Amino acid sequence: MAELRKTPLHEIHRESGAKMVPFGGWDMPVEYAGLIAEHQAVRRAAGLFDVSHMGEFELEGPGATAFLQRVTANNVAKLADGQAQYSALPMPSGCPVDDVIVYRRGPERYLIVVNAANIAKDWEWLQSQGPSGCTLEDQSDAFALIALQGPKAEAILQGLTPVDLKAIAFYRFAEGSVCGHESIVARTGYTGEDGFELFLAPRDAPAVWRQLIEAGRPQGLQPAGLGARDTLRLEARMMLYGNDMDETTTLIEAGLSWIVSFDEAKGDFNGRAALLEQKAKGAPRRLAGFETTERGIPRHGYPVFLGDEEAGAVTSGSFAPFLQKSIGLAYLPAARAAVGTELSVGIRGRRIGARVVPTPFYKRPR
Amino acid sequence: MYPQGYRYSKGHEWIAVEGDRGRVGITDYAQKQLGDVVFVELPELGRKLASGEQFGTVESVKAVSELYAPVAGEVVEVNGPLADKPETINQDPHGAAWMIVLKLADPAAPGGLLDAAAYEALVASEAK
Repeated sequence: MAELRKTPLHEIHRESGAKMVPFGGWDMPVEYAGLIAEHQAVRRAAGLFDVSHMGEFELEGPGATAFLQRVTANNVAKLADGQAQYSALPMPSGCPVDDVIVYRRGPERYLIVVNAANIAKDWEWLQSQGPSGCTLEDQSDAFALIALQGPKAEAILQGLTPVDLKAIAFYRFAEGSVCGHESIVARTGYTGEDGFELFLAPRDAPAVWRQLIEAGRPQGLQPAGLGARDTLRLEARMMLYGNDMDETTTLIEAGLSWIVSFDEAKGDFNGRAALLEQKAKGAPRRLAGFETTERGIPRHGYPVFLGDEEAGAVTSGSFAPFLQKSIGLAYLPAARAAVGTELSVGIRGRRIGARVVPTPFYKRPR
Repeated sequence: MYPQGYRYSKGHEWIAVEGDRGRVGITDYAQKQLGDVVFVELPELGRKLASGEQFGTVESVKAVSELYAPVAGEVVEVNGPLADKPETINQDPHGAAWMIVLKLADPAAPGGLLDAAAYEALVASEAK
């Protein structure tokens, strides 16, 4: 097995006593003080995450927009400079190679953020799609990425940047300095809270991390690991590629119709025909959220039953620290996925009762 | 750190023997490896366990860990309140978070178990 890769913040994580785990080929902090404390800090104050393992592709040139329209599901023409968009890279089957965020930095200039475990796969896929009139570059090593998430995020960050954060709406970004270092400041995240993601030069990341921790600590900021990131995103029903969707689940089955644009202005794109047909006919199955009605923790891969029939498997499942209950996601036959449907989850040979509930499981107060 | 009077299994359970009874829990090292414990499942009273037999499960947010009897015996007490306060396992693993009391099948021989010093050495080697 290849050596695990280290982010520019690796040394800081070791110093702070983080528990490290391999993730997507990287040696990453899974928790610092404790997963639950970190999870609650993000819901109530703020948490700081190193997500430098994420991949970044830069796309530039007169053909960039047309290329993106062809390879992504969402309508890139809706983006103005300084706007970001959640999207996916569908295959002709309508199933995603990956889910991505597209940032428009200029009329012909985009940043595409992809999942760490998929960087090589996405790169090959996009190359195979023949980018024309534009250059595509893998700049993953040129960016460190720090996510500051939680209701106190804006107040903490505003003290360290001249960028007017109030002027940056959700899924918008600005370019400016943070702690005196050039950064892209994006109001995006993966926790269900308000917050920012800071794209930095790797050499600047340690100083910015330390200053954020120092400035934020009095307001309840804690460093938070991938463990809390996963429970936070699940409470907010944000999707994890490889668990909740993959190359066998269409975007419609995954509940991601809202990032699929059949707008005529967008034109044809990979998977359009398949997705349009499924939209018209109705998807045979749907990713549903459930909570357990008995004690037990559903986890990825555990079987799900409707009556006595095995209907699928848990794609993501966990004890939800803020909600204080066990929740999960599973693909169910579309006709039997309505809110209130009773199901059960097989946990070590036993069946634990569960019920389909509305999602997101958690929605932040506004 | 690890109480002198206890005996320890290589699977990170402890047992405190008094007469023909032994109180059983998991060690501080085990709870640290698990992280925040949110679920514990313990056996019924009266169950007879062989040495090494699974008697329950403890789960953190991220991991599932099986509990094994460090010696053979019958379950004569169960720490029922632990199910409602599983975080006790993180807070006081060698004390309030005891899990069961066994009536030992053979009080003379808690064989194959480690004393505190040997267990600490084991933990030190695993942590490397």
